[in-house]
Amino acid sequence: MDALGSAAEQVLDRERDTFPKLVRSNAARIPSKVAIREKDYGIWQSATWRDYLEQSRSIALGLASLGFARGDRTAIVGDNRPPLYWAVTATQALGGIPVPLYQDSTERELAYIVEHAEARFAIVEDQEQVDKLLHVRAQCPRLEYIIYKDTRGMRAYREPSLLSLADLQERGRAFAQSHPEYFDAEVAKGGAEDTAIICYTSGTTGAPKGTMLSHRNLIVTARNAIARERLRADEEVLAYLPMAWVGDHIFSYAQSIIAGFTVNCPENASTVLPDLKEIGPTYFFAPPRIWENLLTTVMIRIEDATWIKRRLVHFFLGLAQDLERRRLNRQPASTWRRLLYPLGHLLVYGPLKDNLGMRRIRIAYTAGEAIGPEIFVFFRSLGINVKQLYGMTESSALIAIHADGDVRLDTVGTPMPGVEIRISDAGEVLYRSPGVFQGYYKSPDATRATIENGWVHSGDAGFLDAAGHLKIVDRARDVSRLADGTIFPPKYVENKLKFSPYVKEAVCVGQDRPYVTALVNIDLAAVGNWAERRNIAYTSYTDLSQKPDVYELIQGEVARVNTSLLEDAALRGAQIRKFLILHKELDPDDEEITRTRKVRRGYVAQKYAALIEALYADESHIEVEAKVTYEDGRTGTVRANVAIRDVAAAPAGAAG
Amino acid sequence: MSVVVRPDTASGPGRAAGTAAAPLLEVDNVSVRFGALMALNGVSLEIARGEILAIIGPNGAGKTTLLNVISGFYQPSEGRILFEGRDRTRLRPADVAALGIARTFQNVALFRGMSVLDNIMTGRLLKMKGSFLLEALYWGPAKRQELAHRAYVERIIDFLEIQAIRKTPAARLPYGQQKRVELARALAAEPTLLLLDEPMAGMNVEEKEDMCRFILDVNSEFGTTIALIEHDMGVVMDISDRVVVLDYGRKIAAGTPDMVRKDPAVLDAYLGVDHA
Repeated sequence: MDALGSAAEQVLDRERDTFPKLVRSNAARIPSKVAIREKDYGIWQSATWRDYLEQSRSIALGLASLGFARGDRTAIVGDNRPPLYWAVTATQALGGIPVPLYQDSTERELAYIVEHAEARFAIVEDQEQVDKLLHVRAQCPRLEYIIYKDTRGMRAYREPSLLSLADLQERGRAFAQSHPEYFDAEVAKGGAEDTAIICYTSGTTGAPKGTMLSHRNLIVTARNAIARERLRADEEVLAYLPMAWVGDHIFSYAQSIIAGFTVNCPENASTVLPDLKEIGPTYFFAPPRIWENLLTTVMIRIEDATWIKRRLVHFFLGLAQDLERRRLNRQPASTWRRLLYPLGHLLVYGPLKDNLGMRRIRIAYTAGEAIGPEIFVFFRSLGINVKQLYGMTESSALIAIHADGDVRLDTVGTPMPGVEIRISDAGEVLYRSPGVFQGYYKSPDATRATIENGWVHSGDAGFLDAAGHLKIVDRARDVSRLADGTIFPPKYVENKLKFSPYVKEAVCVGQDRPYVTALVNIDLAAVGNWAERRNIAYTSYTDLSQKPDVYELIQGEVARVNTSLLEDAALRGAQIRKFLILHKELDPDDEEITRTRKVRRGYVAQKYAALIEALYADESHIEVEAKVTYEDGRTGTVRANVAIRDVAAAPAGAAG
Repeated sequence: MSVVVRPDTASGPGRAAGTAAAPLLEVDNVSVRFGALMALNGVSLEIARGEILAIIGPNGAGKTTLLNVISGFYQPSEGRILFEGRDRTRLRPADVAALGIARTFQNVALFRGMSVLDNIMTGRLLKMKGSFLLEALYWGPAKRQELAHRAYVERIIDFLEIQAIRKTPAARLPYGQQKRVELARALAAEPTLLLLDEPMAGMNVEEKEDMCRFILDVNSEFGTTIALIEHDMGVVMDISDRVVVLDYGRKIAAGTPDMVRKDPAVLDAYLGVDHA
């Protein structure tokens, strides 16, 4: 680690200290290497580093022709598309600050961020985003130009502030004729300390905050990670997670530009799985939710297979998981198991990895939330190098990662080069690193509350173990106690529940209560398939969720969680004693979970207060009515009669 | 879910011109008789170039018969049909298709075992020329032609946002998506006039909104003239420029959605009672 020590890494070459300069250097160094691909019209269309620079330049000069001034903000909204990444480079080249937004933001969220960032320009993907921006135009008086990539459906729009990206680039090329030196001169004015991006954090509480990251933050952090993870110029990554999320910015932008590797943009959100298979990435990132979905899909398909195949697959998967669990716990494995593994690879693991598009993966990460240990073990057992990554927007994403060969089930790995970790007296994880953000945009108070003497409050409760691994227990403010003082980490219990393929989301309640209860969201695909195979007819999500058979199914899962909670003496009291199945899915449009799918605990507790009270009363049913918000802002109501179930505590002897 | 927004300025290029110029299609006093039943009784209407025309009416009013007459599936017992000013009353369906009229069906009619891509490619058949031998060898002009057709089909797949099901057999798709594929196949023929028979039947709210958006987009992007049969009055009012109302084989009203909605004859036909 010392060779990569922070001090040496702090010095940035003046010619390579911003992303536009790095792109320009790639265009000179490796001009015909593919920088980015997009599947369009059924074909993977490639752009080289030379194209990357040219496209960014024409967008930048187009913006310049419209009067873009240094320091101006550009809102960028859309799926992962090469031109939107070029728009990031273009904005940075002019000394501006790109502000990527979640493409599924509601109009209200969009209006808040565009106005808060005081964006003068917006570069968006298509008509849907244009419509949203036009609707909230009145709330964003500073927004002057909306530039759209897809012209489809835009023919009838007459607003003078609208411009297609092609027209913008045409203007840019014309501008270049009269100002041949402009682009390079603007790029030269930029420096490492300039703000490279403002990422608005989804915020489980309150309004989103704009995290400002400098070129230095991102370049040093990305470079350290490239060195430690030995990333190469021939990596292939799939850019399918929102551009507004700092992780995508690090993997698909910063690291790609620094290492020179190729980013692949899927055709659209619904083709991610086939596209994953076609690309076969070598470097892959997925939040636990995606790993869970992949596992669920695999399991559903296995259950649909003939019994002989099913038996074979279950046998070899069980064998591999047993081996992997022993390896992670540093226990010896029996010889016959080790001898059978290659056969399993030939028959099951290899074909399965091929089918998932994961055969070439050298490094894969999971982060954002804790992953169910069983899911983690499942993918590792197939020979996929999945590792935990711990980080947050404020740290330029990367704080700790499992080093290759030093992966443990219950930790998030060891600190990255240049990162220092300290645990506060209250048990909160604090960190200091070259990636520590410049501050929250226009919120000095929030910045002061987060950074203290250079140390950043992560908001997570955790500790460093003897081997130097960081362990995260829960959000610091979420670790709570039952009325009798028993420790209750809600997320920990919820994650155990969520490992079940049938449970999509769970919210556990228990603070200052006599016992723990759970609100469960079933997984429509998995439970639907389960119901079909049992000839259980259902009409809707709500109907399915309240079937007595489904309650039996989930009750089994809850009992399993209770048994596993017995393993840790301190958590014995946190067993789930009552649960109910929610009649609707928790949805970001209803503000119940964030866009990155973290449960907004406070909001859920408030919204479903009646249900929670019923869990602590002597009731077996409760009548509910929930408001549903559609993406266009309209609302509807869902009514249901929700059942409540008691679960017996697992007996003390049942552990193991 | 997205809102269907029809911009107020949306009098597309074709549409504005269409009202002034000669109609794209004229149905002139057409009657269709099945034995003793008069399915259509002296119906006359015009479809202007670039417009979206909705044909509505109670069950059995003769809507589908009208579409079938226009597309050549039925021959009128009386009257004539003019397409682009020329009389083409006695054409067979294939000739009608060659003229640039494409349609979808009330009950989905896809090749169930074929992939979505292949289904849409069949929409290009009329545009394909060349020898059987060259096609079989996939060589020279045949190869170039195939690539050009495939590229066009990919544009439609992109347009209708069905990339994810490109290779899925049609039979495995849910109903709403089959409807979308059928629309794609009709569009592959690059029609001047597109006839849609209940494009939203059996769809949920979200699918309907998507379909509305596609119909509006097809109209504005390709300048395609569209005549559609629809029962959902909300949809009709939202997307059509003009509405023709049929009842018992007769045309009882025609005009803008607002005019038709207030027409006493239409209220009678739908409610079957005297209006106050």
